[in-house]
Amino acid sequence: MTLTLRALLGATVSLTLAGAAMAETTITVATVNNGDMIRMQGLMDDFYAKHPDIKVEWVTLEENVLRQRVTTDIATKGGQFDVLTIGTYEVPIWGKQGWLVSLNDLPAEYDVDDLLPAIRGGLTVDGELYAAPFYGESSMVMYRKDLMEAAGLTMPDAPTWDDIKAAAAAMTDKSKEQYGICLRGKAGWGENMAFLTAMSNSYGARWFDENWKPQFDGEAWKATLTDYLAMMNEYGPPGAANNGFNENLSLFQQGKCGMWIDATVAASFVTNPADSTVADKVGFALAPDTGKGKRGNWLWAWSLGIPAGTQKADAAKAFVAWATSKEYLEVVAAKEGWANVPPGTRASLYANPEYQKVPFAQMTLDSINSADPNNPTVDPVPYLGVQFVAIPEFQGLGTAVGQQFSAALAGTMSAEDALAAAQTLVTTEMTRSGYIK
Amino acid sequence: MARKVSNTRKAVVTAAAWTMGFLIFFPILWIIILGFKSEGDAIKTPLQVLFSDWTLQSYHDVQERSNYGRHFWNSVILSVGSTLIALAIAIPAAWSMAFVPGRRTKDLLMWMLSTKMMPAVGVLVPMYLLFRDFGLLDSRIGLVAVLTLINLPIVVWMLYTYFKEIPGEILEAARMDGASLRSEILYVLTPMAVPGIASTLLLNIILAWNEAFWTLQLTTSQAAPLTQFIASYSSPEGLFYAKLSAASTMAIAPILILGWFSQKQLVRGLTFGAVK
Amino acid sequence: MATAHSRTAARLMLSPAVILLLLWMIVPLGMTLYFSTLRYNLLMPGMETFVGFENYYYFVNQPAFWAALSNTLILVLGVLCITVVGGILLALLMDQPFWGQGIVRVLVIAPFFVMPTVSALVWKNMFMNPVNGIFAHIAKALGLPPFDFLSHAPLASIILIVAWQWLPFATLILLTALQSLDREQQEAAEMDGANGFQRFFYLTVPHLTRSITVVILIQTIFLLSVFAEILVTTNGGPGTASTNLTYLVYAQSLLNYDVGGGSAGGIIAVILANIVAIFLMRMIGKNLEA
Repeated sequence: MTLTLRALLGATVSLTLAGAAMAETTITVATVNNGDMIRMQGLMDDFYAKHPDIKVEWVTLEENVLRQRVTTDIATKGGQFDVLTIGTYEVPIWGKQGWLVSLNDLPAEYDVDDLLPAIRGGLTVDGELYAAPFYGESSMVMYRKDLMEAAGLTMPDAPTWDDIKAAAAAMTDKSKEQYGICLRGKAGWGENMAFLTAMSNSYGARWFDENWKPQFDGEAWKATLTDYLAMMNEYGPPGAANNGFNENLSLFQQGKCGMWIDATVAASFVTNPADSTVADKVGFALAPDTGKGKRGNWLWAWSLGIPAGTQKADAAKAFVAWATSKEYLEVVAAKEGWANVPPGTRASLYANPEYQKVPFAQMTLDSINSADPNNPTVDPVPYLGVQFVAIPEFQGLGTAVGQQFSAALAGTMSAEDALAAAQTLVTTEMTRSGYIK
Repeated sequence: MARKVSNTRKAVVTAAAWTMGFLIFFPILWIIILGFKSEGDAIKTPLQVLFSDWTLQSYHDVQERSNYGRHFWNSVILSVGSTLIALAIAIPAAWSMAFVPGRRTKDLLMWMLSTKMMPAVGVLVPMYLLFRDFGLLDSRIGLVAVLTLINLPIVVWMLYTYFKEIPGEILEAARMDGASLRSEILYVLTPMAVPGIASTLLLNIILAWNEAFWTLQLTTSQAAPLTQFIASYSSPEGLFYAKLSAASTMAIAPILILGWFSQKQLVRGLTFGAVK
Repeated sequence: MATAHSRTAARLMLSPAVILLLLWMIVPLGMTLYFSTLRYNLLMPGMETFVGFENYYYFVNQPAFWAALSNTLILVLGVLCITVVGGILLALLMDQPFWGQGIVRVLVIAPFFVMPTVSALVWKNMFMNPVNGIFAHIAKALGLPPFDFLSHAPLASIILIVAWQWLPFATLILLTALQSLDREQQEAAEMDGANGFQRFFYLTVPHLTRSITVVILIQTIFLLSVFAEILVTTNGGPGTASTNLTYLVYAQSLLNYDVGGGSAGGIIAVILANIVAIFLMRMIGKNLEA
């Protein structure tokens, strides 16, 4: 019965589709509600002019909802989307599963060799490019030049964590709601754990040793978490345990943060006079280190992938190629200025003299180039990924550990207890999943 | 003299009641106000917000970004459709439980209500697979069915308690006069039950309108109602209070207005048989 | 009085509702039961293996489980207390004659119409945010440090938000009940020298019992599965301070993509909900018969 019904429904659907295909193909694009994606939705006229036969239907969702929605759909082969906005964490895992359409056959004028090698490497599995980067980011220090000057300090281009601590202490004035440092505290593998994992790399910590044994009981993680908590408790804003990227961006734009270590894409938002009260006072520096050879910066690219099994792969490819092309960057630049183009994907952008005038361009490029997802930590590890571990279990693990560290930040738990709890729960899950024999 | 005291008392009660009403309503009032402010003004202190300039910018931005009309219509179709179907199934069921009760009627009612306690998140994957196999993902039909089933227990129960208050003698009189079962329901029972049915209808439209789990999980674009519209404004980059307020106002305004206009009917039936 | 004929008709009329709900219960529940015995990670399809009760073991033995259980109870009881007590007081106030009754009733009823997602977003950002929220502005105006509600009192904050949504419902039902109170009886009691408190406890409260039971029953059904408010405001944190059972099931199945574990959690939640239902049934049964 089910089969007949399915066949009937299928027939109806494909008939309707065939009828529509003559006129136009509608593709459904799932995307995250970040500024660059919203901006693209306002620039679709250019795409429609080039592809009058394709219509794009947007599904814009908040990041966590999007990820959960898209993963459910692709894992159950629901077939609801034709283009997915996904990150460097999903692409290698999904690519290996055969869930994504290979993009190796994009046209020559797309100039795939122009993509930054670090970013492209993160989206490639066994030589197949499985998603095209829409924007790429690393993380860096954004700081208030005026406050540093008032405190009589200068920020080195490549600071250490001790420099950061000193600067945070000097810039904090809680009576004026001025907090020396704003960092992510909201629990989540893509929120506080992205920052803390990257930070821990610079302290010489790692998630797992070569035998997949969790390392939260080591000194390096203890030093990382203790320093993080000390900085946030003394110089951070109230409510930091609920602050993610967006909350911190808002605080920084209002001039309440002396420093903010976060995604490089934020640079264009904090220097945009329309939204930011401190637009002309922001300086940039590389993410800090402790002299152990790794910096505390991550690597991420929001990318467009096409789920295997879509009936509209051609239209979807046309869209992906347009949205991540050099021409799209020019469209944005013409409308909104060079500072607002989606950064971090193409070498040609950074070679463009117009773009080099943008104050954060060089620092962004240097940050991206200094991150190495294939070799992220001081000591060797069995995994890929800078601020994540590219295994399917990581999303759950990262979020669970993030909950513990967020509780430590809120003060409901000590750093030692949080690390011990993290060690226990990661060990349990890794044993259960068969990594630890 | 006595009159004067009662007027004083009335004034005190008036002041107290208005204060409470204002406090409870304040969050809604506040988002309505913030929706008409610029992003920069919306984060200032309450007094500064009140005296800043008014603007339609946020509504303009929201309108440009999202297809409000389609989300709105989907919400209307889903909530009204599911409620009407639920009523059509529940009226006969409630009738039979109220007028031909068996030994197990109470247990049956309680069992129906207990199906509502199943946590939706626990059955998402099975439901998603079912919806996929029947081609119901992102279809209004599928969602109407789910919303109908979710609210059916409440509908049955509300109608049951309402029908129980209708004196049985009237029905017997009708039967003596030779009324068939169908005409008994159509011409005797239904008119008497109209207030109860009306308030059941309203309550369930509200519940269906506000359902935010299944409507978000099982739709993408064609069938997506206002709950998904809100999900794209929940924490965007930078300052967003004004846009969030504008979008929120747009999402709740229709049901708020409906609720206000029909609050008398709603209240009359909300007794759940608790008032004799 | 009912004839055999009308009994058959009654069964027929009852059956669509019963059959549909039975299907609605059995099909997803059956599938969930089946999944709960598998190791099934959504990201690794095709690797499902039968593991018996292992998922149940891991679900119950995680530290978050007991926290979630007690949080669920605190949440339900907390909201019930606030809405019932607050509802009675508010209903008593609104039952008095005063100017503008209609308008005040409209104002009080309004939160009930607001989507849970919207009310959570509004409370989180516009009120409880420790930097830009109204509560923070008020604290600063009074010279106090702003209190960080969602980090330091997460569960209480969520109780407040949920109670705000359900207070109108309780108030309305109780108000309707109060208005049907026998005025003559009240006056007679007054004549006999009963004071306000005595009248309240010996006449009003017994009269309200049924309504209170109804409020408790309906609200419990909805409160056991509070989810959107937690997802939007605290994500169950900090730590597990505001994780309830529903949220834990969500975290297991849709954040960890552990469908097996999530299904086991779902089954446990259904069992617990039914225990509550039986308990309620006893209580309600007694009160509704009367």
